[in-house]
Amino acid sequence: MSVTGTTASRSTETRPTAGPRIRRGRAPRLNHYRFAPLILVAVNVVLFAVFFAWPAVIGFIYSFTDYTGVGSFNFVGIANYEQLFGDSAFYAALGRTIFFTILVVPTSFVFSLLVANLMVSAYSRGKLVARIIFFVPWLISPIVSGVIWRWLFGENFGLVNFLIESLGGKAVPWQSNADLSLIVVVIAATWGGTAFSMLLFIAAIKNVPVSYYEAAALDGAGPWQLFRNITLPSIAPTSFIVILLTTLNAMKEYALFQSLNNGGPGTSNNLLVQYIYQTGFQQGQIGYASAASFVLMIILMAIAIIQLAVNRRTERRR
Amino acid sequence: MTSETLTPRIERADSETAVTERRRRRGTGGRRRETGRVISATTLLWVLAAAYGFPLLWFVLSSFKPAGDLFSFPLTLLPKSWTVQGYVDAWNSFNFYQFFANTFIVAIVTTVLTVIASCCTGYALAKYDNRWLKVLFVAILATTMLPTEVMLAPTFLVVRDLGLYNSLGGIIVPSVLTATGVLMFRAFFLTVPDELVEAARIDGARELSIFLRIMVPISRPIMLTLAIFSFQWRWNDYIWPLLVLNDPSKFTLQIGIQSIVGAQNINWSVLLGASVISLVPLILLYLVFQKYVMNVNINAGLKD
Repeated sequence: MSVTGTTASRSTETRPTAGPRIRRGRAPRLNHYRFAPLILVAVNVVLFAVFFAWPAVIGFIYSFTDYTGVGSFNFVGIANYEQLFGDSAFYAALGRTIFFTILVVPTSFVFSLLVANLMVSAYSRGKLVARIIFFVPWLISPIVSGVIWRWLFGENFGLVNFLIESLGGKAVPWQSNADLSLIVVVIAATWGGTAFSMLLFIAAIKNVPVSYYEAAALDGAGPWQLFRNITLPSIAPTSFIVILLTTLNAMKEYALFQSLNNGGPGTSNNLLVQYIYQTGFQQGQIGYASAASFVLMIILMAIAIIQLAVNRRTERRR
Repeated sequence: MTSETLTPRIERADSETAVTERRRRRGTGGRRRETGRVISATTLLWVLAAAYGFPLLWFVLSSFKPAGDLFSFPLTLLPKSWTVQGYVDAWNSFNFYQFFANTFIVAIVTTVLTVIASCCTGYALAKYDNRWLKVLFVAILATTMLPTEVMLAPTFLVVRDLGLYNSLGGIIVPSVLTATGVLMFRAFFLTVPDELVEAARIDGARELSIFLRIMVPISRPIMLTLAIFSFQWRWNDYIWPLLVLNDPSKFTLQIGIQSIVGAQNINWSVLLGASVISLVPLILLYLVFQKYVMNVNINAGLKD
């Protein structure tokens, strides 16, 4: 209350001069209001400097050293990078990460787009309840999602193998076969990632003018044609964002693998982040792990830039 | 682009004769097709909903089975005898309530700080215009390209050198700055007319009191949305707490659960109970604040 009082009284005092001051201040407005934004952004500027800019710089420096996290370190030039590109475990992790991404992104895209369309369709019933069901997996942490799917796909005890065996099939080695194990992770990742992409798609589809659909429907277009020729082109920017975000997320997946198959069987499903974690923190090679981190960062940036370029080109073509 | 190709069609549709003519032609066949579409769309929706809902349903139902029945074939959907022993065991083992409390502290403190910092920064980026704010905007966008996972080692060293290793502060402080939060607030404040700020200035209000007394109150829906998002992120964080926390009494839930999964012989009864308990707060939060999550236009923040 006291704040309100003082400001109000000051406002009446300064009113006569306020008008011209503002008008004069219009052009060099930047000078006048420099202090307020400085205070407002101060916290995030400090956090950015300490937890993003500074680590990025020292990470880059450490990637040229043999630093182990304690004591002194020596500059070793590009030895870390040479060792990295000569390490078959690194290539295995990189290849597996890319394979995982290639599987997850289209699956996740198709399912979230399908669900989003059903969620905005005038024909589907029971959307309120369905919405909650689709949304709950998004709330669940990767660790617990991993546990849920591990429970379902357990080789000796899981429901899926029980059903397969009851129907006369043979137990499927969901845990001991590397590729099947990866497929279970793909299913789990799709399951958990659908809701977020779905939200983006729903917002985009709702923004498409209804008149487009009405007009096309009057011309006798069916649901598939409406989707193909109106919805899909109209939501192209959102599709781009969804693909970009799912790709980036898939490239840095870690927790889901940890709880679902622990990167196994063996080390067959070790992804890049796990490789960085193991070399950096379990083997204490901070310098080497920093080099691996840098390679991952460059890959992520390359993906973003390529997708941006592709997006721009397709937009120009339309 | 799309609108251009469609305009002629819309014009044609607008002429009334065309509309009525088409309606007449469709007649009862149209209504039958309508019913067909309702049935097929609803069926598809619910088949998918069943597929998405079943894993969790199976998981939760299993958690009520006695430990001995978990692996007894044939498996049954419903427990033959209901028990909460798994939950009791989970709660009493591994300092589980401690994990729970730690996770709560981390999630709530970080969320409050994130909302405050994001609101301030988002407002400054939207309503002030100068060169270094533009630089900051680009810098914040760049953080989306530098996720925790990419800078594990150097960030860890920074946190350690700040003396935050093995403390809850070490997971709270680095998580406060989130690009999504800043962009959400920026997008919101861009929609607030500049005239509102100008009018307050003419009335002699100071810059910070404009922010605190006008802008903060109207941004309440965004605050709630970001709060829910942030709480969920921090509740579910895994890799960062795993690195920073060393002392089991400081573990968060996710690390606790992973330590059960990582054991040589998984105690499924405890694991099921522990996992379900860890889900309850988030699901309650979501059910209460559903509309703030579902109505959010996340696009707005990410697009520009």
